[in-house]
Amino acid sequence: MKNVSTSEKANAAKYVQLENVDMTFSTKKGEFNALKNINLSIREGEFISIIGHSGCGKSTVLNLIAGLLQPSDGFLFCAGREIAGPGPERSVVFQNHSLLPWLSCFENIYLAVERVFGSETKAQLAARTHAALELVGLTHAADKRPNEISGGMKQRVGIARALAMEPKVLLLDEPFGALDALTRANLQDELMKIMAKSGCTAVMVTHDVDESVLLSDRIVMMTNGPSATIGEILEVNLPRPRARLELAEDKDYNHIRSEVLRFLYERHAKKAA
Amino acid sequence: MSAISISKESLKAIMKSKDTVVSKGPAMANTAVNKEPARLQSRSFGIKAYSFFKWLLPPLFGILMMLAVWTLISYQAPNLPGPLKTWHSAVELFSDPFYNNGPNDMGVGWNILNSLKRVGLGFSMAALIGIPVGFIIGRFDFAARMAAPVISLLKPVSPLAWLPIGLLVFKAANPAAIWVIFISAIWPMIINTAVGVSKVPQDYMNVAKVLNLSEWKIFTKILFPFALPYMMTGVRLSIGVAWLVIVAAEMLTGGVGIGFWVWDEWNNLNVEHIIIAIFIVGIVGLLLEFLLTQAAKRFSYE
Repeated sequence: MKNVSTSEKANAAKYVQLENVDMTFSTKKGEFNALKNINLSIREGEFISIIGHSGCGKSTVLNLIAGLLQPSDGFLFCAGREIAGPGPERSVVFQNHSLLPWLSCFENIYLAVERVFGSETKAQLAARTHAALELVGLTHAADKRPNEISGGMKQRVGIARALAMEPKVLLLDEPFGALDALTRANLQDELMKIMAKSGCTAVMVTHDVDESVLLSDRIVMMTNGPSATIGEILEVNLPRPRARLELAEDKDYNHIRSEVLRFLYERHAKKAA
Repeated sequence: MSAISISKESLKAIMKSKDTVVSKGPAMANTAVNKEPARLQSRSFGIKAYSFFKWLLPPLFGILMMLAVWTLISYQAPNLPGPLKTWHSAVELFSDPFYNNGPNDMGVGWNILNSLKRVGLGFSMAALIGIPVGFIIGRFDFAARMAAPVISLLKPVSPLAWLPIGLLVFKAANPAAIWVIFISAIWPMIINTAVGVSKVPQDYMNVAKVLNLSEWKIFTKILFPFALPYMMTGVRLSIGVAWLVIVAAEMLTGGVGIGFWVWDEWNNLNVEHIIIAIFIVGIVGLLLEFLLTQAAKRFSYE
């Protein structure tokens, strides 16, 4: 009994775990070592941001956790089990939303819900889908196709689809990268509320310093590739709920923000391409 | 052009006002009120008529030019009937398209219908086999590499080269002709479907992987909707090829059909009918293409 509780505790502290992960791609020009010796433990319920210059392999880390890629070396675990492939407990919000254009918003989410909760009745599945749409405030757009709604709305549907699967880990691949600044800020605020409600673990890839500080509990800063690895991990000890406006003047916030900037632009500045 | 159409319109407007003048009292007040919108309406009608003529004129000129060249040539070559003679012959021909004086002398309608039947049979069998094969080739790399040498080898073969094989296997002319249609119509459908399926964006396949979709769901929700426009292109190309080939095939196999009819009229030295047949083949081909384009538009998700 005691053993179980300690192992559960260990699991909670190392809910998602990357151990000595190496990733080498074989390209036409030969082997390309993208990631080298990545070690990371993510606590249950934690919000992690992975930040770094473009081409540093941050999306590769995310795809590895998603199970879309298999590591060349090392191990990945989620909830104590090795990650062997994609699974509904690790849902992904894609950078370009990746909604199927021939399905309505409702149908796009329903497709995911149906797969995860297939044993439930159709009415229950529909209720779950509607709840997900409501969560992101898009009940009115249920029957619209993706090309009939704005970029911000599409990304919301993408988030709703990922959350509707009730994942243990939510993986976000530059979720707001393609949006304008105002829409991005709105969605960041909404995401914070949703994450507070659902309490699930999240890993977000971003290249936006403010976004990473605002949303995260820890910021994982990566060195430049090839053979990129984790350069530094920064704790963000700001109390929640966080408010964008108040934080703008906050001493701690600005300190963390300048730490990240210093890492990115002083110590690991990317040479001009 | 526009000046003429506008003056025509104003004439119409005058006639209209005359009409209203005839009726009494309150109607007159009515015209005074309606004057402004009526003028606006006639103006917009003038613009519409103008753009309609602008749209119609180039193709009209094209057809007139073709007829002119044809007439000129027919003056030089006395054996070739001109447009007018052909027209009279066509009117006579189509006054009774469905007569039946035995298998060697049937109306032109029967010949067209028989050709369409062969094309329909050969083409549908090609679709029934070609589209699923295209999906398998597009989805599985192994199948694609397996099929590649066979397709590259057989695709450039002239459809009529398959006719003797058909005659040998089926021991009858009609199935052999259908076989030729089948084998010539199948390639565009296989290839276009396969290309469509293989072009499915990796993003969608990643969604399928993350959602853990079954192969059946991947097919119905991702591959099929995405590949549908490509598939319809294949179908359109196929029907074009099939209709192209049927004339040649029927010339060789005989029986009732538009190709055989052409050959028969050549033996009768009825050149008008041969020219009419050329137009029939062209127009029917155009109609088939049009129908399938409309169908493709209906199925498109955009």
